[in-house]
Amino acid sequence: MHDDDIKHPQAAAEFLQDRPHARWHDSAVWWVRKKRDAQAEKLPEWEQLRALADQIKAHTLSRLDEYLAEFANKAKSNGVTVHFAQDAQEHNTIVHGILAAAHVKKLVKSKSMLTEECGLNPYLEARGIEVIDTDLGERIVQLRHERPSHIVMPAIHLKKEQIGELFEKEMGTEHGNSDPTYLTHAARANLREHFLTADAGMTGVNFAIAETGGVVVCTNEGNADLGVSLPPIHISSMGIEKIIPKMEHLGIFTRLLARSAIGSPITTYTSHFHQARQGGEMHIVIVDNGRSAILGSSEFRKSLQCIRCGACMNTCPVYRRSSGMSYSYIIPGPIGSTLGPSRDIKKHASMAFACTTCGSCSNVCPVKINLHEQLVGQRAKAFDANAVPRLKKWAIQTAGFMMKHPALFDFAGKVQRTIIPIVPEALLKNSAWHKYGRATPDMPKDSFKDIMRKRVQGDKK
Amino acid sequence: MKVALFISCYVNELYPDVAMASLELLEGYGIEVEYPLAQTCCGQPLVNNGDLKGACQAEAHFANVFKGYDYIVAPSGSCVAHIKKYATKASKLDPNYVAVAVKTYEIIEFLQEVLNVTRLPKAVSFPHTVSIHQSCHGLRALHHAMPSELQLPYHSRLASILTLVDGIVVKTPERVDECCGFGGTFCMDEPAVSVAMGQDRVAQHQATGATYIVGADSSCLMHMGAIAKAQNTPMRARHIVEILTGRGE
Repeated sequence: MHDDDIKHPQAAAEFLQDRPHARWHDSAVWWVRKKRDAQAEKLPEWEQLRALADQIKAHTLSRLDEYLAEFANKAKSNGVTVHFAQDAQEHNTIVHGILAAAHVKKLVKSKSMLTEECGLNPYLEARGIEVIDTDLGERIVQLRHERPSHIVMPAIHLKKEQIGELFEKEMGTEHGNSDPTYLTHAARANLREHFLTADAGMTGVNFAIAETGGVVVCTNEGNADLGVSLPPIHISSMGIEKIIPKMEHLGIFTRLLARSAIGSPITTYTSHFHQARQGGEMHIVIVDNGRSAILGSSEFRKSLQCIRCGACMNTCPVYRRSSGMSYSYIIPGPIGSTLGPSRDIKKHASMAFACTTCGSCSNVCPVKINLHEQLVGQRAKAFDANAVPRLKKWAIQTAGFMMKHPALFDFAGKVQRTIIPIVPEALLKNSAWHKYGRATPDMPKDSFKDIMRKRVQGDKK
Repeated sequence: MKVALFISCYVNELYPDVAMASLELLEGYGIEVEYPLAQTCCGQPLVNNGDLKGACQAEAHFANVFKGYDYIVAPSGSCVAHIKKYATKASKLDPNYVAVAVKTYEIIEFLQEVLNVTRLPKAVSFPHTVSIHQSCHGLRALHHAMPSELQLPYHSRLASILTLVDGIVVKTPERVDECCGFGGTFCMDEPAVSVAMGQDRVAQHQATGATYIVGADSSCLMHMGAIAKAQNTPMRARHIVEILTGRGE
């Protein structure tokens, strides 16, 4: 499962060992970025939508306490039970409490990176409750005892042949059959059984509307709707940042969400939940789990604007070549690389450095989070917390010292230019520069400064 | 007009020809250019690695060396992006630093925005197909071109100035502005991903039929050039100022 000891460079190098698979992953994910571009191009008001979404989210975060209170009061008056959870542990305890009180044996779950973040599945399983993830991708990684490698396409790191083998083992599908339609039908039949026999259904929340106290869940498979409509108990878990002020703001986000996420104009199902079905119960668990600390940081607050579309992952050239499995935090890619280090810089420092600072993520983000700048900000935290290798820190500080002392700086450059060309190839070939296929650049005899200095001296003579 | 030339550290050490071409290009337009010898580095590698204290001192040194000029011009989009946009918060609050930063230009931007050039200092012919590499910082921080993610009107600084060169055929690769994988010390911290990105990028440039990759950042060009060299491909990387001064061959 989730491994906090992952260091991105090593995990990425491992993923890249199977270069054809890594190439396939890169082009599969890039294909989604291209679909997103095609959709964005069709809307002349695209940049205006992004600006509005950014402003609404920033405004909401600036008065989050007021909007949360408004939301909770409204939801309660609709007959929903509202719970607040300080952290993952409290979230899990609350959810378990609701399920235990109703003697729930099986829970069907959909669309919730938050429950992954809280580690809900193992918590409930240890207490005798069967948990079935019902998004197809989530189900696949659940059966493989893995975590999702992408927040919208959780099993994008796998090829259909791997899924065929998995389903053969788990559901008894035909040996060697990896036809996507066939496998989808098998999964659907298997999941239908779980929907019908579950005692409770749980979903995440895409948007929570303060004005109405309702929550909105966007899916393409319809599983969230089945999951919360068939069983009598419906639990929605949401982070505190999911609030938007009014219903009239929702359209801006739904127009951006699906287009940014998978390049379709809208999700197949955009479902609104305001109260429990007749004779049932509806609970909303509002979770902090480190978010208010981020809210308190002017540098990283904007990361809470995220609407979890995953566009930053699709555009990130590092993510596409290393896969979500190479990041230590449950949310990978650019957004995860600021959220993870915000939570624990020592554990997740390598994520902040898994970035060339190309800035594509910030441009693609529908709510304009300055992702690449945040990652550089996280590096400063890592540097100060000694969460970078000691030798590297020393080298950086030495370089910084020389930058204030031009003569030393120029001398160091000359030493490198003189030494590298005479180092035997055998010694170089295992260096970070050469190991994976880079040749030594040609080294000129004189630096530009050497040439100019000679010119100045020549002028004086 | 008193212009200072800022030559980034790796251009100074590894690509003196690029620096010389920049000098020649500016002087070709009749500008008086000075090259302050006390210059070192803009501080970008320090910020990128989290050393804000060191970076702030390097930035103060930069501001000190370059104060008093009308313009500071550099053949590096990445360094200029750092100076203008990504410098430490402390430097951004320092009026001496800001006074220098606002007068700093990437060389192509300077030629087009300040000098409004419509011709090259001397006629240059380059009868080859070139593929444009949009380095990320020049692209997204300085808007050298319209970044592919944004829905804004098309423009490309590099493509437009290259039309002044005789005989050149300018191409754009698939994934028009994807990063090459250099990323400063990223190329050493994450060598596997860095090289994989570079190999893909070189292949995309090659697929245009070009024999030269042309860009405005020697660092990206060095990385792709080193990969092309290791693969024994005929692809070569050239800084745009080399092409504009007839030093590209």
